[in-house]
Amino acid sequence: MSLRTPLGKVMGLGSAKGGTGHWWMQRVTAIALIVLGLWFMISLVAIGDLGYHSTIAWLARPLNAVLLSSFVLTMLYHSKLGVQIVIEDYVGSPAWKVAGLLLSVFVHLLLAMAGVIAILRIGAGGGS
Amino acid sequence: MANDNRPLSPFYHYKPQLTSLLSFAHRLSGIALSVSAAGLVYWLVLLADGPQALESLEILATVPGQIVLAGVTLAFFYHLNNGIRHLFWDMGMGFEIGRTYLTGWLVLAATLLMWIAFWAAVTDLPGGLP
Repeated sequence: MSLRTPLGKVMGLGSAKGGTGHWWMQRVTAIALIVLGLWFMISLVAIGDLGYHSTIAWLARPLNAVLLSSFVLTMLYHSKLGVQIVIEDYVGSPAWKVAGLLLSVFVHLLLAMAGVIAILRIGAGGGS
Repeated sequence: MANDNRPLSPFYHYKPQLTSLLSFAHRLSGIALSVSAAGLVYWLVLLADGPQALESLEILATVPGQIVLAGVTLAFFYHLNNGIRHLFWDMGMGFEIGRTYLTGWLVLAATLLMWIAFWAAVTDLPGGLP
């Protein structure tokens, strides 16, 4: 028995091949972000004045660097999945939709690179 | 020629309800937080760049800057709490109408409490100088 719809057959459409991957990873990252997000907000309070020296000293501790990079990467992954849905829902023109999705992926990857490199640099004491 | 009697999307003629407003707010806060994520990364890059670079964040100490930070943290706590509500729905819990409204109000109360607690506890803002 085929689960393909007659309309899909006529239009030559296959499956989206995405399956439940998007939905599942959105939930996995959401659960991680409950913990990492609350840790981050508590850390902001704990750092105190959030000036240069106190923040650098906080970030120079390996555990904080590990958790902050985990937070940044997980949040950007979750953000990429969410922005993708918003673009797919609200951008009608296929050309703009593809352009928007590509741009979103590139921006999220750039932010992930920048975030991790900044954290590593501070952690390695490379800040000027 | 377009037929004017075609059924409209519920979006156009449903009166606002707590449930639909919270759903909309979840998406809106999500978009705001995506933009804020870029702000967080920018802050980290400035920190890696050195104390002088951080001076460009003094703008956050102005009234508009404070309003933005207040909004971002409100969006954060709302998205967090309502996200937990979504996870319970994913487990098949809380779909009864009464429950949906109850958890909706709970999310709003928890968000407000966490937001106030955060700003009561925080002593300074990113942009504070060394």
